Amino acid sequence: MFYSPVRTNAKIVAASENLHLFRYVEDPEQVKIETFENRGGYKAWKKVLTEMSPEQVIDEVKKSGLRGRGGAGFPTGLKWSFVPKDSPKPRYLCCNADESEPGTCKDRVLMERDPHAIIEGMAIASFAIGCHLMFIYIRGEFTHCHERIEAAMKEAYAKGYLGKNIFGSGYDLDMIVHTGGGAYICGEETALLNSIEGERGMSRIRPPFPAIEGLYACPTIVNNVESLATVPHIINRGADWYKSLGTEKSTGTKIFSLSGHVNQPGNYEVELGFPLKKLIYDPEYGNGILGGKKLKGVIPGGSSTPILTPDMIDVNLDYESLTSVGSMLGSGAVIVFHEDTCIVWVILKLIHFYRHESCGKCTPCREGTGWLEQIIRRIEAGQGKPGDIEEIEDICGNILGRTVCPLGDAAVMPIQSAIKNWRDEWQYHIEHGKCLVKSEFPFGQK
Amino acid sequence: MILSEESVKQIKEKMERYPYRKSAILPALTVAYRQVGYLNDDIYREISKIIRIPVVEIAEAATFYTMFPKQPRGKYLIQVCHNISCSLLGADSLISYLETKLGITKGETTTDNMFTLISVECLGSCSTAPMMQINNDYYENLTPEKVDKILEELRAKA
Repeated sequence: MFYSPVRTNAKIVAASENLHLFRYVEDPEQVKIETFENRGGYKAWKKVLTEMSPEQVIDEVKKSGLRGRGGAGFPTGLKWSFVPKDSPKPRYLCCNADESEPGTCKDRVLMERDPHAIIEGMAIASFAIGCHLMFIYIRGEFTHCHERIEAAMKEAYAKGYLGKNIFGSGYDLDMIVHTGGGAYICGEETALLNSIEGERGMSRIRPPFPAIEGLYACPTIVNNVESLATVPHIINRGADWYKSLGTEKSTGTKIFSLSGHVNQPGNYEVELGFPLKKLIYDPEYGNGILGGKKLKGVIPGGSSTPILTPDMIDVNLDYESLTSVGSMLGSGAVIVFHEDTCIVWVILKLIHFYRHESCGKCTPCREGTGWLEQIIRRIEAGQGKPGDIEEIEDICGNILGRTVCPLGDAAVMPIQSAIKNWRDEWQYHIEHGKCLVKSEFPFGQK
Repeated sequence: MILSEESVKQIKEKMERYPYRKSAILPALTVAYRQVGYLNDDIYREISKIIRIPVVEIAEAATFYTMFPKQPRGKYLIQVCHNISCSLLGADSLISYLETKLGITKGETTTDNMFTLISVECLGSCSTAPMMQINNDYYENLTPEKVDKILEELRAKA
């Protein structure tokens, strides 16, 4: 039995030569270490420890073109190469499993259903940067993921994949499972490090970057769950194979979390460059809009990314294509809403979230998100005033680019796109004191 | 002592694994919250003694995170996700339904101390919306029938 009933495209993945992350996620046996080993698990870890140098591992991952799957899309191998070779300090690897970007629920599937793949990826990354103590930071609410990863970690220790003198190579590696306390900001890498140190989860000013001074002021690499789970496949099948998937600049595959008004929400692994329209409408994936309604908007990469209108969705899901239409791939969370949805209502839900999750360190974000929520709540309640839209735009402009971490930008970008794309609807809301369309959605009536 | 021997043991075990004791603050708060159901200054003091970190630093960290509340709650804490993906599939109506079923409004606890109802930000269950978390467990793809059954089962268990 699976903990979560979430839909995946594991069948398509299993039938494919190249998709790999979701190959076994519909098999409950996959969580057991024996099953994982029989399917080639921990082979890459052995290969790395017995046949490769850290530089070779970094080069292979660099060559593969793998980019961070948490949202920023920064090249993973390049990040690893920033760890100073001559530092006398210990180095740390932190797997970022604080999945909290609204719309995103992919790392949870990997943790629940293929925990050893993550541990193997973490181990390889640790070796590449010379780390002997690695952490996984799991969001506090994911109790079941926490239990799964701890159980898998114990199995890995018992089999000698973690601990002292692994595979007789003389390499030691320990692992700590750290759980968060319910704070979105801790998914931001410097806030995550503060949180592991027992501090309030507030972002740090960069530089220094974590690769130079991160956890306990030592060189530290923070990578997303999905990025790390990909690494063993790159080692096993080679950078050239990985690079042959996806597009030229967005190589490989990515898991997309599809949610909102679609007939078949779920987590789907596809090659980067997959058409967004196909993800929403194909019977194997989203299977069209709920109730045969008309599409109104798509948030393509988690709640922090600019919203697309229906005439913009002829776009492929890769970093460059989404940038070219003014949005971002982000964490790959595709949120779909149909014609019965009020855009002001959507934005109110989002700004309430960012106001709640702002850590309070930077004034523009702490105060600005609060002002934005007040104004937008007033408009949604039918008490909008002339000049409100301009006021919102002004506040957004004063947050964007003026904060230590990207939370401020994340709060602002969907609002700016919503005003740009649906300005008439905002005007209507203010002038008539009510929604153009009322967002009333009864639950349990799919 | 509010913390049980078992909790103290768990906190010490976790602490020993970290290179620095202060990192054990969040794990210790989690253990304490799981045992007691809320936190207070006395619990902060006990944790402070176990991990040998000034109590102010325990409080400083604890008050930042939403999972370490200082108010006692009902036996079952119902947290409904009200973020965008769940709202598009009826989180608002799910909250109203629960309010009617339980005879309380959001933020309140039933008079028998059985249920506390709150709404929270995204819980990472967006493709199985709408959803709620009750204590440690997730309940996904909710329908009125499912909610009725879950509440009934929890009442029977209590």
